[in-house]
Amino acid sequence: MIKTDAIVIGAGPTGLFAVHQLGIIGLQSEVIDNLDRAGGQCIELYPDKPIYDIPGIPECTGEELTKGLLKQIEPFKTNFHLGQRVEEIKQENKFWVVKTNTGSLFSAPNIIIAGGVGSFEPRKLTLKEAEKFEGKQIFYSVTNKDLFKNKNISIFGGGDSALDWALELSKSNKVTLIHRRNEFRGAAHTLSEIKKKEKEGKIIVKTPYNLKAIEGDKIMTGIEIEHEDGKLEKIKSDYILSFFGLIMKLGPIADWGLNISNKTIPVDTKSFQTNKEGIFATGDICTYPGKLKLILSGFHESALAARACFKRARPNETYRFEFTTASKSIHDRLGLKGD
Amino acid sequence: MPKITYISHDGKKSTVEVATGLSVMEGAIQNNIEGIDADCGGSMACATCHVYVPENWFNKIEKPHAAELDMIDMAYEPKKNSRLSCQITVSNELDGLEVITPIKQA
Repeated sequence: MIKTDAIVIGAGPTGLFAVHQLGIIGLQSEVIDNLDRAGGQCIELYPDKPIYDIPGIPECTGEELTKGLLKQIEPFKTNFHLGQRVEEIKQENKFWVVKTNTGSLFSAPNIIIAGGVGSFEPRKLTLKEAEKFEGKQIFYSVTNKDLFKNKNISIFGGGDSALDWALELSKSNKVTLIHRRNEFRGAAHTLSEIKKKEKEGKIIVKTPYNLKAIEGDKIMTGIEIEHEDGKLEKIKSDYILSFFGLIMKLGPIADWGLNISNKTIPVDTKSFQTNKEGIFATGDICTYPGKLKLILSGFHESALAARACFKRARPNETYRFEFTTASKSIHDRLGLKGD
Repeated sequence: MPKITYISHDGKKSTVEVATGLSVMEGAIQNNIEGIDADCGGSMACATCHVYVPENWFNKIEKPHAAELDMIDMAYEPKKNSRLSCQITVSNELDGLEVITPIKQA
């Protein structure tokens, strides 16, 4: 069991800044995120897209903002528990006990939920039969490519993941790349490699086609795809790889006994506390009259939630408001020398 | 104000007035129209405000940019007439626009 002052759920910009605000007032935190890296929507949805409304930063990308926030919290040496999704929250006296899907346990008087729109999950194939073969013959990511050797593999998607895996797996398999339109979106180099492999007969490219049916009872034997004009075609397939990006799902958050309205958590704007004492919600996941889903709003919300955490984490101490420019104790926490 | 009609996958019609300048997605969210999730809030990053636009309207709307088409690739069952409703701006010319929401968004 890991004990700390505050558990931060979500490593997007709002969660990262919560760590900072907790850190400068002397509170320890542990961060949990379902993704395998920090940054949340910034890193997953728009790492290269410019953001123009971070105060004092005229322009930065989602990736740059994430890097900056991570650098800003370096002095606090915070532990990140990535690739883990919080499944359960339970109350034990004045503490909250948090359990993740990998079995990690945390205990703290405070939880800050900075969960965005929920956790990211792969977007799955829409055919009902796809469920039956998921994890056996249908995959949404590749963890063990040794599984595929001299097999018939049908790859769906038009982006980098689909293209990269088509190239990689075409070395030792028969690969069919299927996409709903003729244009692929990928690096120029990747696209020319695909063209080359197609000419050599190493990759069969099928556009504009969509998946129509999955065939086979206990074992998937093949698929049927449909051309834009309605023409059907069968393809022998031992495996399907499907790359349609990620979607956001509220997931287990809905089961924690919190008030939820339209996939968001209503909070009191004095401290961003939810209906549960010691559980706060900040960023896109919280709602209140006038809420703006901006990164800068998330920063403000986390700053206030962090102050509210102090009372529960240090019940016998008095919180004193201090500025980072002038406070000796904040400078110590930031590891600055020469004060 | 222009009237926009949202038609659910099973044919249920909801017609609402949407101020010019708002997106068709915002019109749906503000009027609690079911079938449009808009998880990312309109930053063209999630494809959960996906709609089908009937042919008679499809060509009257400004054509999608490449980035929108890339995002539509991710949508639930995209078709030739798929659009992201966050990228359709309501104007007087679009008064009477009908869009069809998919069975689900994700």
